Amino acid sequence: MLGKLTWDAIPFDQPIPLLTSVVVILALGGTAALVVWKGWLPYLWREWITSVDHKRLGCMYFLLGLVMLVRGFADALMMRSQLALAAGNAPGYLPPEHYNQIFSAHGTIMIFFVAMPFVIGLMNFAVPLQLGVRDVAFPVLNSVSFWLTASGVLLVNVSLVIGEFAKTGWVAYPPLSELAYSPGVGVDYYLWSLQISGVGTLLTGINFTTTILKLRAPGMGYGRMPVFCWTALASNLLIVAAFPILTATFAMLLLDRYLGFHFFTNDGGGSAMMYVNLFWAWGHPEVYILVLPAFGVYSEVVATFSGKPLFGYRSMVAATLGICVLSFMVWLHHFFTMGANADVNAFFGVLSMVIAVPTGVKVFNWIFTLYGGRVRFTSPLLWALGFICTFVIGGMTGVLLAIPPADFVLHNSLFLVAHFHNVIIGGVVFGALAGYTYWFPKAFGFVLDERLGKASFWCWLVGFYLAFMPLYALGLMGATRRIQHYSETGWQPLMIVAFVGALVILMGILFTILQLVVSIRRREALRDRTGDPWNGRTLEWSIASPPPPWNFSELPHVEGTDAYWGMKQAGRRADAEPRFEAIHLPRPSAVGVVIAFFASFGGFAMVWHIWWLAIIGLIGVTIAALAHGWIVHREFEVPVEEIVAFERQRLLERPS
Amino acid sequence: MNDPVPGTPSSQGVAQGRAPGVNRSHRGSVLTYLTGLGFAIVLTLASFWAADTSLVWRPGIPVLLAALAIGQMGVHVVFFFHISSGPDDTNNFLALAFGIFVVGLVVFGSMLIMANLDVHTMPLDKLMQMQR
Amino acid sequence: MSVTDAFTRPGAAKDEVPYSERGPASIESVAGFGFWLFLLSDVVMFSALFAAYAVLANHTAGGPDGARLFDKGYVLLETACLLFSSFTCGLCALAIEKRSAAATYLWAAVTFALGAAFIGLEISEFVRMIGEGASPTRSAFLSAFFTLVGTHGLHVSLGLVWLVAMMAQVATLGFLPIVVRRLLCFTLFWHALDIVWIGVFTIVYLGAHA
Repeated sequence: MLGKLTWDAIPFDQPIPLLTSVVVILALGGTAALVVWKGWLPYLWREWITSVDHKRLGCMYFLLGLVMLVRGFADALMMRSQLALAAGNAPGYLPPEHYNQIFSAHGTIMIFFVAMPFVIGLMNFAVPLQLGVRDVAFPVLNSVSFWLTASGVLLVNVSLVIGEFAKTGWVAYPPLSELAYSPGVGVDYYLWSLQISGVGTLLTGINFTTTILKLRAPGMGYGRMPVFCWTALASNLLIVAAFPILTATFAMLLLDRYLGFHFFTNDGGGSAMMYVNLFWAWGHPEVYILVLPAFGVYSEVVATFSGKPLFGYRSMVAATLGICVLSFMVWLHHFFTMGANADVNAFFGVLSMVIAVPTGVKVFNWIFTLYGGRVRFTSPLLWALGFICTFVIGGMTGVLLAIPPADFVLHNSLFLVAHFHNVIIGGVVFGALAGYTYWFPKAFGFVLDERLGKASFWCWLVGFYLAFMPLYALGLMGATRRIQHYSETGWQPLMIVAFVGALVILMGILFTILQLVVSIRRREALRDRTGDPWNGRTLEWSIASPPPPWNFSELPHVEGTDAYWGMKQAGRRADAEPRFEAIHLPRPSAVGVVIAFFASFGGFAMVWHIWWLAIIGLIGVTIAALAHGWIVHREFEVPVEEIVAFERQRLLERPS
Repeated sequence: MNDPVPGTPSSQGVAQGRAPGVNRSHRGSVLTYLTGLGFAIVLTLASFWAADTSLVWRPGIPVLLAALAIGQMGVHVVFFFHISSGPDDTNNFLALAFGIFVVGLVVFGSMLIMANLDVHTMPLDKLMQMQR
Repeated sequence: MSVTDAFTRPGAAKDEVPYSERGPASIESVAGFGFWLFLLSDVVMFSALFAAYAVLANHTAGGPDGARLFDKGYVLLETACLLFSSFTCGLCALAIEKRSAAATYLWAAVTFALGAAFIGLEISEFVRMIGEGASPTRSAFLSAFFTLVGTHGLHVSLGLVWLVAMMAQVATLGFLPIVVRRLLCFTLFWHALDIVWIGVFTIVYLGAHA
């Protein structure tokens, strides 16, 4: 009846996960009870859960990423503290099988459920506003995407309470991840949560590629799009082209595990290396899916706070598209040591180094934008400056690793771990937090507390260097990744420094949360009524903060790059006679959350081999999708009077 | 789904190009499909004939099969999808080109890499025996 | 006029607004392009399965190989079913353009029958192979074969379900713009499956003989 699910699945014998689960369940239950008791549920359901507004979905994506950042960072703290203790004869406090789950969960969560929601959230919020349009191409699909991502998040977190997570590392290489060596449900949780959220990500990619290529305000030719939109386009093209590879690869592993196929098994002629090959054919583009939008955020931030147009717009666009194409041609550098001959390794090594060229172009463009500008050192700009320094170091260690002979020495060492944290924290996380600080006032109508934002930045920056520079050294000294214990006591001082660094980063995260709480409490003092708190250059700053559901009361006419800056320079066309017309907006839709509801149960059932429930899940998804197909009245009209009233109110409130 | 915004050129249906699969002119479309079908039949039969013919140099047969398959895919794209290289088809065409690029990389890249690894790596079962 | 603009207005008169600056596209264009991207992503997914098949085709683990298992005449029959269904699907698209319900039903029914025949042929082929001991658990080659061909078959089956749902939509809702857009997407999906099948019969079935 319940497949493999028994009471043994609850980790009664492991105090750490059990205690965490109890706390999390109490917190969630408490929040849910509060929401119901206060009567907020109808509001949440109407305005957020069923919302198809790209701005709301963007905020929810980002919130999801923040919550999961805390979850993934808890794993990081456990690992760093274990390694600070477990030298020589000391065993530390985490048993190996638990430790293995922690590093697997940390990697999976940070890549798929922190970094991805962060960048997708920012794209959701900013891209349609920057393009000067009223929504994305497929608003309901957008909601489906978000809720499928949330469904994947749910499954990963359920694994903490019921059963276990993968012990294979976040890449789940076979044969270790095959049934013979991982008979538990951990790998199944991994696979199903990523399959479900992967579908959501693919739909996002299709949605945003279509939006950017097909829906732009009149006059906004390709050569006039903000750079963030260009990077979002490249990133979404990569999603469309790379995520199906991951889906197919995981499907093959699932067939191996569930039906006894022989794709990647040791026996029956399977080839485990084929998994590694296909995994990285997705995995390398994934790196750029994450970092390209972050590059876009930096471009917006640097231009805005330098008070100058971005230096080298065309070279920036060319570099972005160059990276987009090159990122598909380097995946072998993730497995140089797997047995390819020198020619193949050298080919992929050289191509990997070539990626540094367009990236270098970008770095110089940012620096030249700052040069001679009237620079305002606000916290978004600090993130950008911290990024430029940190990312260059990470990029150079990457070029080092791209040299196959050096990689033979350094692969699987903490040097590699330091490298990719260097580029992902210094690139993606800094970019996400820069974008968050930059666009927050647009989303909510008040700016974030600047002092706490700067405190957060300095903690992250100092903490990052304290935590990861020792790891470079340790890697050169021979420390490998994914160790739970080491006998070389000489490593311990550096491990302790790394742990202190993690604690400093923790301070940074706490400051971010504190900043949010304090800013919400002081929102009246921080209120921005102009809609343009940073003296921005792109179209999102031309409208009210928060924007009305229809974004633009009248679609802007774009006459160049930095469209809004151009309008401001020309003198606002004095609102001569704004021609407002009634606007049609998509109705809220529950189909996303319903599909994700059934998908979550279906995924859980597949993990535990509860076949009847899996069938119910599948039928539920099908019926929800079909039923949605018969809803034909999908739009409502915003009358002209409402738009006129909104704009009049805005004019009255705007400080002169 | 979004309605196009009233009062913008989009209502004329030409902004940002055409949807794939939409015919430019409605006349003679049956002829288009018939032409496509004819080409496809010929190419399919040619493929099945070429697979074990002795008229062609044997090592050349895979190349011939690939050429016939690519030709037939092209026929489908032109006559069934109605994709052309015209200016209102730019997006469709570029997306298709990007897709073909990725498909080629995944298939041929994997084959190159895996053939190379097969040659240079000890088979797993042998490796396991050595560790015993 | 900038360099980029020059690319977007080939041959256009100087005063004509280039395509890229004409504002948001029509909903037909948006929906069609979105589905076009979905099809490309689907083809990329197939490319991973093709890559797996190409790499594992010789990994028979002492079991039967393709040259022994595949029947060319049978495959030609399957191919014919699919190719003609693609053609009738095209005729169905023309009927939809003319908003002719009767012709739409007729060609949809023929398309459905040909697709169902294809699925029937494929299932009986699979059953025969498994009966001969060539099941997907026998070897990596057979795992890859059943997954690649089976995934294509699954797509065709989903297409059949979709076709039925669309006919129900035409019957209950008529040729609403939203229904017509979906019908157009369906025809694109069906043609795309035929393109994937060209890859399948060339690489899998004919490749085993060549």
